[in-house]
Amino acid sequence: METKTGKFNAKTYRNTRHLAYWTAAWVLTMAIAAFGPKLIWNLDTTVSALFIGINTLIGVGMIQANRRYLNGLDEMQRKISLEAMAIALGVGVVGGLSYGMLDIAKVVSVHAEISHLVILIGVTYLVAIVVGNLRYK
Amino acid sequence: MKNRIKVLRAERDMTQAQLADEVEVSRQTINAIETGKFDPSLPLAFRIARLFGLSIEDVFQDGESR
Repeated sequence: METKTGKFNAKTYRNTRHLAYWTAAWVLTMAIAAFGPKLIWNLDTTVSALFIGINTLIGVGMIQANRRYLNGLDEMQRKISLEAMAIALGVGVVGGLSYGMLDIAKVVSVHAEISHLVILIGVTYLVAIVVGNLRYK
Repeated sequence: MKNRIKVLRAERDMTQAQLADEVEVSRQTINAIETGKFDPSLPLAFRIARLFGLSIEDVFQDGESR
């Protein structure tokens, strides 16, 4: 017989799995949309627009899956996630703008790319989640 | 916020996982509440108190537990 926490854990596991599937699909379609024009369909703008549209729609699905995941957590897990998101957003905005200014002012030789910002936000969120979980352990 | 959850659990020979089961949160959350690292919301505090057949004041007291 499945207990309530068994149900709670199963629901969290199911929501996590769904989020992982949506994220994987989003990354895959983004890779196709990014590399396809040169490598697969020879810069055909119609095909490019189609794949960018598909990628955007899957992105919306991923956002919904993330909402379901967060709403399925218990109150302490939600607090940890909220704090991690706040830190990731703050680091992303402050760090991203500082990095952009360093690029504009030619202080750094690397060209500031949006992908660098996405990596920064992702890594910050992961670290904040781990630290948050350790703090309440 | 101080609480008597650990004692109440022990009196009833109940594990953290079983309590978490009953109030539908993770075992980690019960552990964090017991050790005073996390203060539960009012609805969760009521669920825990109701489970032990006590009033909320009998389970949770104002004050630092750490």
